[in-house]
This record gives sequence, C-alpha cells and structure tokens, in this order.
Amino acid sequence: MTFSPALEERFAKLLTSYPPRRLRSAIVPMLLYAQDEIGCVSPELIEEVARRCEVTPLQVDEVIGYYSMLHRKPLGKYHVQVCTNIACQALGAEELYDHASRTLRLGNREVTEDGLISLEEVECMGACSWAPAIQINYDFHHFVTPERFDRLMESLRDGSYGKKAS
Amino acid sequence: MRYNDPSPLEVRVISQRFDIPNSVSIDTYLANDGYVAIKKVLGLTPEAIIEELKTSALRGRGGAGFPTGMKWSFVPRNTGKPTYIICNSDESEPGTCKDRLLMENDPHQLIEGMLIAGWTIKSNKGYIFIRGEYRYLIDIVDRAIAEAYERGYLGKNILGSGWDFDVYTHTGAGAYECGEESALLESLEGKRGVPRLKPPFPAVVGAFQSPTILNNCETFSAVPVIFRNGGAWYSSLGTPKNGGTRLVCISGHVNKPGVYELPMGFPIMRIIDEVCGGVRNGKKLKAVIPGGSSAPVLRAEECDIPYDFDSLAKAKSMAGSGGIVVLDEDTDIVAVALRTIKFYAHESCGWCIPCREGTTWLKKLLTRFHEGGGVPSDIDLIGELSANMLGRTFCALGDAAAMPTGGFITKFRGEFEEYLRKSRATTPVAELASV
Amino acid sequence: MADLVNFTIDGRQLQAPAGTLLINAAKEAGIAIPSFCYYDGLSLQAACRMCLVEIEKTPKLQVACTMPVAEGMVVHTDSEQVRGARKGMLEFLLTNHPLDCPVCDKGGECELQDMVFRYGAAESRYLEAKLHVDEKQWSPVVFYDAPRCILCYRCVRICAEGLGVGALGIGNRGAAAEIVPNRGDHLECDECGACIDICPVGALTSGTYRYKTRPWEMEHIGTICTHCSNGCKTTMGVRNGSIIRCNNRDRSGVNGEFLCIKGRYAFDFNSNPERLTAPLVRNNGELKPVSWAIALATVAKKFSETKARNGRFGVIGSNHTTNEENYFLQKFARQVLKTSNIDHHRTGDMASLLDALHGKTGALATTADLYTTKAAIVIHADLAQEQPLLAFQLRANWRHHKAHIYAITPGPVREDNYGTGVRAEVGSEFDELEKLRERLAGEGELVILFGAAIKSDRIRQLVTFGDSLGISVKYVCLLDYSNSRGASDMGLLPDLMPGYSNVRDAGLEPGLNLDQMVTAADLDVLWVVGANPLARNTFASDRAFVVVQDLFLTETTRRADVVLPAASAYEKNGTVTNVCGDVQKLSRGPKTMGAKPDLEIFGLLAKELQAGLGPARPEAVFEEIRRSVRGYNLPFGVVETGGGAATAPLNGRVEFQAQPELIRSAGNTLFTSGTLGRYSTMLNSVLEAPGTLYHDPGLEPIIEKGSGQIEVLKHQK
Ligand SMILES: Cc1cc2nc3c(=O)[nH]c(=O)nc-3n(C[C@H](O)[C@H](O)[C@H](O)COP(=O)(O)O)c2cc1C
Ligand code: SF4
Ligand code: FES
Repeated sequence: MTFSPALEERFAKLLTSYPPRRLRSAIVPMLLYAQDEIGCVSPELIEEVARRCEVTPLQVDEVIGYYSMLHRKPLGKYHVQVCTNIACQALGAEELYDHASRTLRLGNREVTEDGLISLEEVECMGACSWAPAIQINYDFHHFVTPERFDRLMESLRDGSYGKKAS
Repeated sequence: MRYNDPSPLEVRVISQRFDIPNSVSIDTYLANDGYVAIKKVLGLTPEAIIEELKTSALRGRGGAGFPTGMKWSFVPRNTGKPTYIICNSDESEPGTCKDRLLMENDPHQLIEGMLIAGWTIKSNKGYIFIRGEYRYLIDIVDRAIAEAYERGYLGKNILGSGWDFDVYTHTGAGAYECGEESALLESLEGKRGVPRLKPPFPAVVGAFQSPTILNNCETFSAVPVIFRNGGAWYSSLGTPKNGGTRLVCISGHVNKPGVYELPMGFPIMRIIDEVCGGVRNGKKLKAVIPGGSSAPVLRAEECDIPYDFDSLAKAKSMAGSGGIVVLDEDTDIVAVALRTIKFYAHESCGWCIPCREGTTWLKKLLTRFHEGGGVPSDIDLIGELSANMLGRTFCALGDAAAMPTGGFITKFRGEFEEYLRKSRATTPVAELASV
Repeated sequence: MADLVNFTIDGRQLQAPAGTLLINAAKEAGIAIPSFCYYDGLSLQAACRMCLVEIEKTPKLQVACTMPVAEGMVVHTDSEQVRGARKGMLEFLLTNHPLDCPVCDKGGECELQDMVFRYGAAESRYLEAKLHVDEKQWSPVVFYDAPRCILCYRCVRICAEGLGVGALGIGNRGAAAEIVPNRGDHLECDECGACIDICPVGALTSGTYRYKTRPWEMEHIGTICTHCSNGCKTTMGVRNGSIIRCNNRDRSGVNGEFLCIKGRYAFDFNSNPERLTAPLVRNNGELKPVSWAIALATVAKKFSETKARNGRFGVIGSNHTTNEENYFLQKFARQVLKTSNIDHHRTGDMASLLDALHGKTGALATTADLYTTKAAIVIHADLAQEQPLLAFQLRANWRHHKAHIYAITPGPVREDNYGTGVRAEVGSEFDELEKLRERLAGEGELVILFGAAIKSDRIRQLVTFGDSLGISVKYVCLLDYSNSRGASDMGLLPDLMPGYSNVRDAGLEPGLNLDQMVTAADLDVLWVVGANPLARNTFASDRAFVVVQDLFLTETTRRADVVLPAASAYEKNGTVTNVCGDVQKLSRGPKTMGAKPDLEIFGLLAKELQAGLGPARPEAVFEEIRRSVRGYNLPFGVVETGGGAATAPLNGRVEFQAQPELIRSAGNTLFTSGTLGRYSTMLNSVLEAPGTLYHDPGLEPIIEKGSGQIEVLKHQK
C-alpha cells in the first residue's frame, strides 16, 4: 500500500519510537493515522500494518475490534460525534443527539447518502466543563445548542466549515 | 486556551502559565520558571528526590490518589533492564477534562515533570499516552517535544549530565479501559487494552516488561513546581495528607462550569457556590457526583465536606479524577444511572465475567426500567447485581461500574420507587429491553 | 525441592511448596475450587472469577487461580460469601448463554452445566433479551457459536501456546467480545480441533460430530490412532457399531490432551462406502465377491501347491498392522511358507540406529523424554507436519521447562519460532552440527531426532558426534506410519528376525527385500498385507498369484487374485509401538461387517494349512512376543490399562545388510496419511494445502551466532 509522504514519515518515526523488537507497539497509532488518511481500516491496511509491525493479521484484527475509534467501513467525510455522557447529559446532550439524528436523518454510526456526514453518539470526550460538546472529526465544539448545531451542519454542507470561526 | 474564565479563588500553581500568550512555546516556558526544576534535580540523588516528593504529599491525580513519592520508591534499581516513564493522558473518566488543558496550554511543564521522573530512575525513554480523541494535542505536544530536543532538554547528554532521555507521544484509539494503568501498557505494546494480572505492579514489571513510573498527566505536571518551590511549600497549599492544588473540573448545573485550580481540601459547597456561581437558574442542588462517573453520588446534604481524597473516602465516595458533576433538583436520577451504566457496559473490555455480563445486564435492566417497564424486584436486583460485581472483577473498571450504580439505589431509592409507580408493566416485558 | 509452606484450607492444615497456586494446592488436598479459565499448563487469566475464595485478613475475595499459597494463610472455599460469589458468577454467565442444552453437543459433558448443577443459579432473575449472534463455520471441522462462549480463552491459549499456531484471537469488546479466526471468516491452521476439546461449553463444536448424538448414547473406547507413528491415544465414541467421534477424552496415553487433525477426525475412512466387505476372487479376469470360506480355501490351496513344488513366495507386511499381526505374519512366512522374502515399507533406518547404539543403555528417547529433556535437536524433519505429537511435546517442554530446541532443516519449521533454527541442505547437516557443538555440549542432556534423510552410515556418524559431546544423548529415528516401529521390531525384514537378530542365527538365509519382490519376475505368490506397494511401482511378475489383505481397492488390491477384506486398526485388539518405542494397546471399537482383523485371517489360513502356529488371539501372541522378542518383555499391566510401556531395545550389534535405498519417507503431512488418507472425506476437505506451514512473522527466530547463548523471543499474550 502507498501512503502520503507525510504519513510515511510518521510511520517511519513510529517504527523507531519503541524499544528494539517492539514494532508491534506502533499498531494502534499506525491504524488510526492511516484510517484518518484512507477513511477506514481496510483489509489491505490490516495486512500492511501486520507486515510492517511484524505480527500476524489476526493480531492486528484483534486490536481493531477492541478500539472504538477504529472502523472497518468508511464514515462520513465529517464524522459528527455527540457526547451524551453524564456531564453533557445534564445539559441536554441527549436532546441534542436526538435533534441531530432527526435533522440529519441518521441513526447511530450511519452515514448520509452523499458520504458527507456521519453521526455517532459517543462517550465522554473530555469537554465536560464546556458541555454539551461535540466533535467534528477531531475538532471540539463546546456549549453546542441545537441552533448552533444546525449552523455547523450547514457549514459542512456549504463548504464553509473551518474557514470562518465557528 | 482555557474555555472558561478563571476564578479569583483559584490558587494558580500548575495552571499559572495558562493565560500567558503563546504559553505552549518553550520560550514562554523558559521565561516563566521553565526547566528550572530539572536543573536543580540533576544535582540530587534518587533518594533525595523521592524524599522531597514525599514531603510534598503529592497524590496521584489519575484517580486512586496514591502517594506519588511512594510509588516512585517502588521502582527497583539496577535490575539491568531498561526503565520507562509513562504519562497517562488517556483522560476518559466522564466528568474529567483537565489533562487536556495541561497539554494544550503547558506541554513543557509535563515534559519537565517526566524528565524529573526519568532522572530519578535513570530511565532513557518516556511515552505520553494520549487518548485518540485528543488528536490535536498530539501535534501540540510533539511540537513541544521537538523544541525541547532543540534546546537540549531532551535527547543526548541532557544539560551536560551525561544522561539521555527521549519522549514520544503515543495515541490511544477510543477505549476508557486504556486509562487503567496495566491496560494502558498493553495498549502501548500494540495489543488489546486488557488489564494485566497484578502483582507485579508497573513499578516492577511495567512497560515492555520493565520497571516503570506511570503517573497521570496532572501528577507529572505538578512535579516541576514541587522542585522549584520545595515539597514543604507545595504540601502547605493543601491539607497535611493531600498536598498542593488540583485542577477541579466542574460540570453540570452550575452557572460557571469550568476547570479551576483549587487547593486540596477546598470545600465542595464553596466550589459550587463561590467558584462556580451557584446552581443554575436558581434551582436547588440535588446531588453531586464528586470524582468522575465512578464515584458514588452524594446527596446535596452530604456535600458539605472538603474536596480531598480522604474526606471523600470518609463520605464513602471518592475524589477520583477531579471531575465534579453537579445535578439540580430537576435531574432524573434514573436517567443518570442508566447513562452511567451504559458507559461502563460500552467500555468494559470483556475480559472478566462479572464486569462483562454484569454491566450489560444492568444496562438492559435499567433501560427497561427507564422506559417504564420496571417491576418491583428490579430495585433490589440492581443493588444485588452491583454487589455481585463489586470487588470481584479483574480490574477496577468493574468496581467503577458497580460503586456508582449501587450508590444511586441507596441514595435515591425513592426516585426509583417513583418510577415504579408510573410503570406500565405488570409483568416484566423482556421485549422492551433494547439490546 | 522448593521450601514448604504451611497453610489452612477449610480447616485442614496443609503443606505445599512455596509458589504453588492455591487452586492446585486445594486440588492436591481433594478440595475442588471451581474454575473455567484456569487450565493446567496454560497461562493464567483470572478472567472467569469462579475460583474466588475467602482468605482471612484479606478484605476482598481473592482468585485462587493466581494466588500462591503463603505461610500461615487461612482459606475458606465454602463460606457463605464464597458460595454467593460463585452463584453470582454463574448467574452472570447464564444471562447471555442460550439454554439450548437439550440440543447442544456438549450437553452431558458441559462444565457450565455441571457447575450450575453444583453451585446453583439455575433459577433465573434475568428478564432481558439475550444477545444473539449466528453460528459460524470456520473450517470443515470447526464451528463457533458465540452466544454459548463464556470467554475462558482456553481455545486461544491452547492454539497459541500449546500448538504454536495462534489461529484464534479475540474480537470486539465487552459483551460483544468473541473468539475470532485468523483469516477473517475462516481458519487457516492445523485443524487439530484442540480448541473444540478444550472448550468447557458447546461454543466450539466439531464438524464431524455436531448434532449427531448425545454423549451418553455412545460407548467410549480408548484406542491408538492409526495414522502416524506418534501413536496418540484417542477415545472412540461408538454408537451402533460405528465411530461417531474421536477425542482424547480421558487425557491418558503418551499424548495427554494432544491430538492432531488425523487423530481427531480422520477416523471417517473407517466407514467410507468403498470399504471392502466381502472377499474377492478373480474369475475370468474379474474380481468377484465370494464367501470367506471359498476365499480362504482358494488361498490355502494356492499356498500349499506352491509350497509343494518349492515355488517362490514373497510377503509384504504392513506399517499399520499390530505387533501381534506382524509377529504372526513373519512366523507364518518363515515357518510355514519357508521363505525369507519378507519386508515392509521402511520409513526410517531403525536397525542402523540400534546397531550404532550397541553397548549403550537408555539411548532411545521415549515420548515422555521429549517433554523433560533439557535440550533437543531436530534434523531434517518438519515435526509439526510429520510428527505432530513430538512437535507438541518439544514445545510444551520449552514452555514449561525452558528447554532449548534446535532445528537443522532445509526449510523453515515451526521450531524456529521458539528455538534456534538453522537452514541446511541434506548433506551439510554435519557441518552445522559442528558449528553448534559447543552449545550442544553445554546443554548437559540432549535428544536428537532425525528424519529419513539420515540413514545407515550417516546414523553412525551422528552417534559418533553424539558420543563426542560428552553428555547424555538419546535418539529418535523418525518413522512415518502407526506401527512402522513395530514392523521393524517384529522382524518384517528379509534379514532380521523379531528383536533384530540375524536370520542366519535361526538357520535361515536372508531373502528378497521389498523392491526386489516387486521387481522379481519369478515370484509364484505375492502376499501383501495392509500395504500398497503398487502405488508407485508396477509389479514385474505377471504369473504370480497375488493375495492382498486390505480395507480398500487400492492399486495393489486391483492386481490381486484374492482380496481378503481386513479390519482397520479401530476394529482390532492388539498392540502397536510408536516412533519412540512406546507400546500401547488397541481396543476394538466399531465393526465392519464382512471384514476381519488380519490376525484372524492369518489364523484361519494357518488352520486351513494345518500349520500349527499356535492360537491367533492377540493376547496369546502378545504373551509370546513378551517371552521371545528382545526388548518386549513389558509390564503387562501398564499396556493392559492403556498406558504406554517403553520397549527396552536390545543392546548389541545388529548384523544386517544396510540398504539405505529402501529407506523412504512416506512424505505425509499433517493433512495426508498415505493411502488411508485418500479415503478420509474430512481430511480431503480441509482447505490447507498439504505441507503448508503457518509462519508467524511475529515470532521470528533469533539466532545468535557464536554467543553460546540461546535467546528466544517469547510469544506474548
Ligand atoms: C477503569 C480505569 C480507568 C482509568 N482511567 C484513567 C485515566 O484516564 N487517566 C489516568 O490518569 N488514570 C486513570 N486510571 C487510573 C490509573 O490506573 C492509574 O492509577 C493512574 O494513571 C496512576 O497515576 P497517578 O498515580 O498519577 O494517579 C484509571 C483506572 C481505572 C481502573
Ligand atoms: S473489570 Fe474485567 S471486563 Fe471489566 S474492564 Fe476490568 S478486566 Fe475488563
Ligand atoms: S479460574 Fe480463577 S478467574 Fe477463572
């Protein structure tokens, strides 16, 4: 498999970050960074990571099943994650998630037909004091109201997301 | 960046640089007492370092509150094996969002703390385990690491000491259990984040089967301050057995939620009322979850206690990771209990029976109960199932699930009974439970 | 002996060596502590929490499976708290476990059933829906039913730790966690089924057994697998005269819990519809079924006629038949047919080894020795493929005793993964041995296992090398079929009598060997018992009368004039000798109508010929072997009760003509078994190509040149 030069550089660094004969340590970071680039953990990626980390594909497979951020099917270009854990729940996150689900017409871990947006109800993401919070890919958005949520979704659709302060 | 305004009641020790522009840069750090402590420490013996830490009464900020000096003293010397320094920045305990700020605003402070630990046990490698969701922090911390290399604070022959130390970031990928120290080490080794048998503890057999110092991000971040100003000074900020300050994360129904640095032993009610401006919308306080979701809930009237490890333990709860969730009178406790157990069922690694099956059963039961399908025996059953898990699981996640669940039932039994009165089920309806 | 510590369990004062796990110390004292995940010999998991006990002065219950006994420890295994905890665990387990016991294969043999019966939790407080996941088929022989799985990880461990294959892993997390195979939706492995056997519940089931019967409807008969020379004990489950399954139920025999795919599943040849069930006699060029009486009379007539006119006989014996049959056959040939033309397909040069070892005692390693020796070296053999039990033994020795294992082979072998692997072509193995000399000499004790490429003079050279190390060295001459060793020991050789004395000492002349018989143009009678020499050759003599005893119409059978349908090893009583000289007992399980054990056939023929060879009953012949064959004066009781008794081989020169060209490995792999294997539908259905090796790149061998130290990369959880 070929990856972007930046990712290859990251991989190269990873493979020297761990003690000798501990290449296996690089599995999780490699999978996550590669997933960010290619969209999901594909069977080829499993083989590739297994080869580079000198483990069996099964050993990579076991890891993938364990971590909730690794997924075998592509999610949306923008993966919208709504935390509904207790701190966010206290400030209406469950209602926010329902709102999201209803307006986006998406169930948990579903992707819009155009592949633009996917939705996920997630566990605490470390934004409790600024709840309710969501993450779009890796960007945090704090104090999200349904109205702000709609504006954010609009910006994903019209391409303005990330270009102006949200 | 801080996402909330500071409070005048704060004692800013480890968050002192948070508001300085470009606080992440090594120049800012150096201009504000940065890398002063390591220079001092390079002249100290391991014994002296550990003594100073013990004097500081610093206790682990990851959850268990174990005395840090003691933990470091358990690492065997001269085993011939390499040793490792591991920073736990997995920060996944619901209610907790402080390590994020420490890495986002002051990564060099963390690196310096790890350097001091490294020098103490003559380790040559450190890893910062950052949860996968904090992807942006990896870039921030990586940049800080690179700066530290450039200036000779990392790498070969640090400050002419002849000692080498490397630090790397390592990402998780979505698993609360990887915050448990031994599961973290498994994850670091490229495996499923399943906890290890203990003993041996990580101090003796840790990362890569070698002696290891493993601490929470906030714990390491407090270390440079201690060596700059002295253990006694640090200790005096808090209470005798709970030294220093801690970043308290207040969330829920208060006017000014946020992360605030407060001295150990600061009263909970003052946190709510004075630091956070009281309960929102003039509502009455109903309950407080005082140390992350694993901590058993306190009723409003039980909250008149100082915020430190020992006082909360006495109240049969815990200060845990420093996350305080404040719940007002309108809160549906059954819904909170359900959301809590959903979390643990989702995060149970599945290794041991009582946690894997217990959390799942409780989740299904509470789902049915919450949806109006409760039967009278459910309430006692919740308590009994929690009791059957408590103290019997492989790792503390099982306890972390059982303790709060049992707590909701004992503290708010009346609310559960209220639900039953509204229940439309006369016989249990298994179909109601979603899988 | 480690220091003893004193402790109390349930009021009984006990002692055990320091470090003993509480669960084992209790077991030793007859106190059962229940467990699912604890399994003797495999790594510790402490996952099932069934073994919780109360230890005084400890606040929480503790797991007995990882807790070593300590001085003064006071333990309660049956307090109310402990009973409550056990019941609680079982109740948890049953929440998602389908209660389909009435149809589950494991019903009646299920550890979960037994525990619930014993410790309670049968009444359910669980009102919620159970998780359901569909059953999956991972290979022709392995099925997995996730909801039944209790996640004790025994299967994962036996596969990775026991077999060194590592084909099973854990997928998903939490309640959705399940066992997953190494190739996404299927398994690529040894297909040994150890995972199925070790599963305490019915989560893993066997493709050949599932939904066929209830365990109590079968008769369980222990016998020895007929496929390779390792001689694993296997328990046949027999119902209505046919084998329903094989597993090593009682973990006895030389193999303990080990069985390979052949031992566990390849019994199905036995009921292959192509089995011969009636004698055949050639009539007008065609083989026609006849009665046994006619067939035997035809053979007897031919034999006496030929004898009467001093015609030439040739006898080819079997690597599969019992010691008693082999012994009786050679006696028949030599005493009744007055011929020395007798041989079998030799798969290793046992005679040369014995000769090279003359004057030494205890120089042949037993199967058990492979588990205890400090070091072993394998030369020119792929043990995992050809000698599965021996491979398992060496690996277990490495796991449990840190034994040092070496392998000198032309290609990669599984031993490379945990020992020292050296690549060498046949012919250059002695150069490599020389390089290892210092390290081997430092081991203090060594077992050398060598394949068919090492024969005659090279065996002598090997023993000379062994002698020069100055340490205790034992040898295993690797042979291929289930009773190859017995064929050799019982004198199915043209110049050697039973016990390896020369035929001349008995006043006979050496006869033709196997190849000579096949190529001889002037044989009058060729009698082939349980062998298929024509699979690779065509028979030279067209005038010869050919009598064949076999299970199937093989290449050789097709050329026969009379075919006598033989019983398989599973249908016989008797003994066999495995590659390491362990003698074990076969017990008759099923019966194929119309076929007879070879010994019975010999007896009937002897009777027809009024030969006076003595009773052709296995027990009687075994007694004669014990009395007369050197090395076979074995403790009767051990063999009789299903144990393996080591032959004590002779200790003197073996006078014979070395014929290295006759030593030919069968070339069997884990998935082939000579001619017999062709009739096992199951064996032919597995996906793995014969000879495929599963090389785990994570276990790359670390060969440290010249350091004198062996380092192994341990396979970690
Ligand atoms: C289920 C579970 C999750 C945990 N998660 C975290 C975590 O996210 N961050 C953390 O620092 N410690 C966490 N801990 C505590 C760690 O196991 C460990 O005690 C801590 O990192 C040690 O650091 P300290 O002594 O500095 O507190 C967790 C423990 C358990 C049982
Ligand atoms: S308590 Fe058991 S299942 Fe739960 S996280 Fe720990 S080991 Fe895993
Ligand atoms: S046997 Fe001890 S936990 Fe399973």
